[in-house]
Amino acid sequence: MSIVIDKNICKSCGRCLSVCPGSLIKKDTENKAFIKYPKDCWGCTSCIKECPFDAISFYLGADIGGMGSKMTVKQRDHYLDWNIEKTDGTVETIVIDKKESNKY
Amino acid sequence: MEIKRKERLETDILIIGGGTAGCYAALTIAVESPECSVIIAEKANIKRSGCLAAGVNAINAYIVEGRKPEDYVDYANKDADGIVREDLLLTMSEGLNRVTAKMENLGLVILKDENGKYVARGNRNIKINGENIKPIMADAVKKLSNVTVINQVNITDYIIENNEIAGAYGFSIEEDNTDGNLSGVAYEIRAKKVLCATGGASGLYKPNNPGFSRHKMWYPPFNTGAGYAMGINAGAEMTTFEMRFIALRCKDTIAPTGTIAQGVGAKQVNALGENYEGKYGITTSQRVYGTVKENLEGRGPCYLRTEGISEAQDDSLKKAYLNMAPSQTLKWIESGKNPSEQNVEIEGTEPYVVGGHTASGYWVDTNRETTLHGLYAAGDVAGGCPQKYVTGAMVEGEIAAKAMVAAIQSENKTLSEKSADEFDKKVAEYDAILQNTTATYSIEQLEEAMQKVMDTYAGGIGNHYQFNESQLALAEEKILKIQELAENVKAEDMHELMFAYELKERLTVCLTLIAHLRARKETRWHSFAENLDYPEKSDEWLKYVNTKKENGKIEVIFRDLVKRGETYEHSNR
Repeated sequence: MSIVIDKNICKSCGRCLSVCPGSLIKKDTENKAFIKYPKDCWGCTSCIKECPFDAISFYLGADIGGMGSKMTVKQRDHYLDWNIEKTDGTVETIVIDKKESNKY
Repeated sequence: MEIKRKERLETDILIIGGGTAGCYAALTIAVESPECSVIIAEKANIKRSGCLAAGVNAINAYIVEGRKPEDYVDYANKDADGIVREDLLLTMSEGLNRVTAKMENLGLVILKDENGKYVARGNRNIKINGENIKPIMADAVKKLSNVTVINQVNITDYIIENNEIAGAYGFSIEEDNTDGNLSGVAYEIRAKKVLCATGGASGLYKPNNPGFSRHKMWYPPFNTGAGYAMGINAGAEMTTFEMRFIALRCKDTIAPTGTIAQGVGAKQVNALGENYEGKYGITTSQRVYGTVKENLEGRGPCYLRTEGISEAQDDSLKKAYLNMAPSQTLKWIESGKNPSEQNVEIEGTEPYVVGGHTASGYWVDTNRETTLHGLYAAGDVAGGCPQKYVTGAMVEGEIAAKAMVAAIQSENKTLSEKSADEFDKKVAEYDAILQNTTATYSIEQLEEAMQKVMDTYAGGIGNHYQFNESQLALAEEKILKIQELAENVKAEDMHELMFAYELKERLTVCLTLIAHLRARKETRWHSFAENLDYPEKSDEWLKYVNTKKENGKIEVIFRDLVKRGETYEHSNR
């Protein structure tokens, strides 16, 4: 369970560093964010919701059945667009309306 | 690295831990007594820290129409088979709807019917969109002018003077870089009253996924039992640690099962497709126990039977999980099979000590004051009040906040004198770990050793949650040895210094847990405390098992049950 931060997209704003409930994200020598303790990630996805530049994606470890897909999320008004990109390049999108309650 | 800066702060109330209970306490103090100064010392950042980081699927503790708070007390009492504090459960239950209304005011989305009434999910739950429940609380707290939030400060010890709490020591997990060289910052925070709201303890046992995904667990891996450990070491009385919590979860992702079970009515079935719920009972521990037994008797794996649900139900499930446990939705998509096409495999987690679900934690009076004068406890760290969940943790924060404010107003005392010596000693202890050159074992190695011992000898997953007295004796012996080794670890930076203290905290909690497991000589809750030397339950054990560490030794104290309608006050602290 962990995340990948795309160094080329990261703008060094530091928002992911402060929001991580484990403080696991730090800055490297180029001032870019990186996950220093990938095995310590809880998988809460707070950082990917926080990043304004969609630089962070989330994946399942192979030990829990991960197949290499990457999950990102985009904030749009009161919507969260969750995108899951599979290894074959196809993307599945699920839109969550934050104003709507869970059905269950 | 060394500590170069020593910060000394003063406040009326110090809240340790800015999670659910801590934040709600701050919101309450601001209403009750806006002139009262508050510091929240938070290990991470209150925006997403604690149990609510990813969100929560529903409000699981609510008094729905036609029910009363007493019904909730009955439910929790039954689930814990009698070992609860009814005074705490009732005062908690009476506040559930009040705090829910406040959360709705702050912006929490709650599902309503055409008449504007909340839509119930079962007898005690209401439906919400809880993805942003923590940011909503955190935003409200940040607006309070009397509250200072200090993020990324790890508190390690209470300051106790004249048998009374006087504040706490800790350090920033971020380095100071003001003079171009990285160094550490230590804190002494003096307060008239302190609220411990640090949450429960995870990471005591070898987890379901011990490798790369070791932190893909039910409870926050960052809740390491700091509050319990500080209390234990300061001589606070603890209760019912032996009622461990084991969650029944979706395999691998360790995502909640309740949403599937309640949402689409999925039953627990074994590999033969047989519904085994009726066979073992449906209390929280019985659901776990049944799953263990079915596996042991060769009828595993076990599942939630979702095959055959509709496409619309598939979609609703995937959305619901994105709002609380996104990994499960990702898992469904990656597997190429929706829940309607494949039953969801389930497993029990490793055991935790967590007072929001079971009754483990500080022994408190009805006002949530602990046995240490001036120290209060709320949320997962407070004992006696199981099934409190999110809203119950808020109510406890509220009760403790009101009691602290009232005490400050009536006592009219001033902050005690600073003792520079004690602070210096604490800083020297931090520096010794930062500058240690003789460490043989890494913090990680010792954590793994601890988890293996607990798994093998104190009823972990590997032992199907079972133990006997010989095993517990070995567990104690081995944890004590690891505790010795943990006195000689090294931290390269301030974050690792936190890891060092987290290890020490967990070891302290393990020893108290073992003492509790040994003391209750019966099996009242299958799996949660499955003592093979005493496989039956007995009415003789309708009492609390409490412990208190005195002169380095854990003493067991048995106490009579506190009944509904009683108010409990500490009489012999």
